[in-house]
Amino acid sequence: MSDCCGTTATLEVPVEPRVAGRIRTVALVGPPNSGKSTLFNRLTGLRQKVANYPGVTVEQRVGRLNGIGRGDLTLIDLPGIYGLDSYSEDARVAVDVLHGEMPGTPAPDAILLVLDSLQLRRQLMLAAPVLSLGLPTLVLLNMSDLMEARGGRVDTLALAQELGVPVAKISATRGAGLDAITHFLNRKADPLTNGNGAANGNGSVGTAVAETAVAPVTGRIELPVMGNPRSYRQWAHGVSSRTRYKAPISNEWTKRIDGVLLHKVWGPLVFLAVVFAVFQVVFSIGQPLSDGFGNLLNAGGDKVGLLLGHNWVESLLIDGVWRGVASVLVFLPQILLLFLFIGVLEDSGYLARAALIADRVMRSIGLNGKAFIPLLSAYACAVPAIMATRTIENKRDRFATILVAPFMTCSARLPIYMLMIAAFIPNKPLLGDFFGLRAAVMLSLYLLGFVAALTTARLLKSSILKASSAPFILELPQYRLPTVRSLSLRLMDRGKVFLRQAGTVILAVTMVLWVLSHVPFHTDLTGSVIGRLGHLIEPILRPLGFNWKIGIGLLTSVLAREVIVGTLGTLYGADPATQSLGLQAALRHDLTLGGAMALVVFFAFALQCTSTLAIVRRETNSWRWPALQFIYMGCLAYVAALATNQVIVHFVR
Amino acid sequence: MVAIALLSDFRLEEADELELSGAWKLRLLSELPIGTVGVVESLELPGEIQHHLMHMGFVPEARVLVVRRAPAGDPTVYSIDGFEVALRRDTAKAIRVREYEGQSTGQR
Repeated sequence: MSDCCGTTATLEVPVEPRVAGRIRTVALVGPPNSGKSTLFNRLTGLRQKVANYPGVTVEQRVGRLNGIGRGDLTLIDLPGIYGLDSYSEDARVAVDVLHGEMPGTPAPDAILLVLDSLQLRRQLMLAAPVLSLGLPTLVLLNMSDLMEARGGRVDTLALAQELGVPVAKISATRGAGLDAITHFLNRKADPLTNGNGAANGNGSVGTAVAETAVAPVTGRIELPVMGNPRSYRQWAHGVSSRTRYKAPISNEWTKRIDGVLLHKVWGPLVFLAVVFAVFQVVFSIGQPLSDGFGNLLNAGGDKVGLLLGHNWVESLLIDGVWRGVASVLVFLPQILLLFLFIGVLEDSGYLARAALIADRVMRSIGLNGKAFIPLLSAYACAVPAIMATRTIENKRDRFATILVAPFMTCSARLPIYMLMIAAFIPNKPLLGDFFGLRAAVMLSLYLLGFVAALTTARLLKSSILKASSAPFILELPQYRLPTVRSLSLRLMDRGKVFLRQAGTVILAVTMVLWVLSHVPFHTDLTGSVIGRLGHLIEPILRPLGFNWKIGIGLLTSVLAREVIVGTLGTLYGADPATQSLGLQAALRHDLTLGGAMALVVFFAFALQCTSTLAIVRRETNSWRWPALQFIYMGCLAYVAALATNQVIVHFVR
Repeated sequence: MVAIALLSDFRLEEADELELSGAWKLRLLSELPIGTVGVVESLELPGEIQHHLMHMGFVPEARVLVVRRAPAGDPTVYSIDGFEVALRRDTAKAIRVREYEGQSTGQR
């Protein structure tokens, strides 16, 4: 056990390192909201891998320590946890990774324990079980600049002594004090260069410079009884008072802002205003942005197509691959915009307040307040909505939210709604000039999806996703200004996840669809495999008031809902973009009112979206859920469309 | 050598513990009015939630301040160990506390 005069010595923990003295993998451990993710981004830079741990829906983040010039080391970001008792999926994953029992994840050789110094007394509770693992550990007191600015302090040297491991003050948001991590890792990685340790000191650090305290070994450290939260708390309080921890004055601003944002009258008003603003911006900016981006992509594809000449290679590459890829890419502007909003809401601390306000309403349908923002986002697009459900810790609530989100009327349903309504519904005023019959039909379609979502949520929560009780525990963080850095990292991260996960599935489905609609060669769409399939399923669709052309449209729109308009356009020999009236006339000639309304009702319910299926598979880490969802929504769509057609045929003339 | 010592004795003399003078009454956390302080006696929740709450600091002898209620009147925001957490009435009903019937001077 090395020890000398408190300048260089660190406590060698008497557990055999995985490869003696060598560090290859470092684990980042910390409670939720301790600033762990910010630190992870700081330390790894932009190159990080995001995946799911096998068998669970806990996100796994791994990156190289490029941010501090140690690209040879791997950093694993563990889920935010309060303790190492396996009471939750997150904690079980953390325990498995730390013990080196997680398949596919290397066993960590050292631990960086991140604690929020604003709430050190409570956060120290996690230190006890983590230290008892016996791995080389560096304790990082995050946000110490804020703590000191607000009059808090802690004796880091005494803390290092109490814990028996080095302690450093850092600020992950500002990147201050990170060299302590470099020192720690360098010394650990190469025990021979034990000479130049980290600066050791005590007392006030400036706001920018942090310090590392390395304790002289005093013999033994005391850890509390394992597995008992009560003794953890006693221990943590003991340690924090012995290290003269003075909690910072609680943020008066947070209290004042909450006084307004959680006010009985102002709270809900501000909430509605925020919700309306998000909705408005996503539609008024995001939609044209997506449309413009889509046009650009298609125009680019056409240009390349012209260069290739007119042959089957061009058809496969442009009509098949490029159009398919473009149909995924068009979602990107909307997704990024939504995530920008969600990021601002989450980082500022308002998302938790919104969940608090919405909880009462969401509970009546068996979900919790955190499901509100994701479900709202689903009105723009179910894909970012489903990705945003990560904020819901309760797994059952999260799955229920994922399963109902695609019922919300997303923007991809609008083209077919508008086409059918324009073709079949007369523009009769109902309530003055503002609210006509067409608007009423549109509104009822929105309501239909909403009601289906509510009913399904209740159904799920009382059957397969039944919760034993109502464990809604919502931590309210202090208000903070979101940083551009963390927002842009979040956007990059989510954008990458979407493109990789949805992109690969979409590409495959697009290719299959292209082949099916072009084989046998030298035939048109009606003669192709998919055209014949359309004819084949016509008897099933007949009671719904659909003909074989609609059948083909339904088959091709499995890719994405808006595809049906293009398919119908091709089939009716009219280009929907330019000869919209021609298509409408053709539809009126070919379909009854019952069939047309049945079609929009079908689209209100059916899960005709490969991107959604792909993202549900990723977020639930299993094909079972998207399969269940697809079949359930498909059956519901069929029955509802059947009922619609029969009712209109028999009762409306 | 790191020795893991068992810390079985509770240190009630810690500086941050509330002075236990005045009259105490056993109540449910959900019944406490805004602005009052309760000291946790016991929790009776299903395993997973119980663990979660205890690791967040809801352990016997911890002080809980009732901060505010959500606009709709249900979840209530509590302050414990200097951070705020919202619990539904159903959850708070399962936490027994001693209510301090004097001035809640012990809070920061």
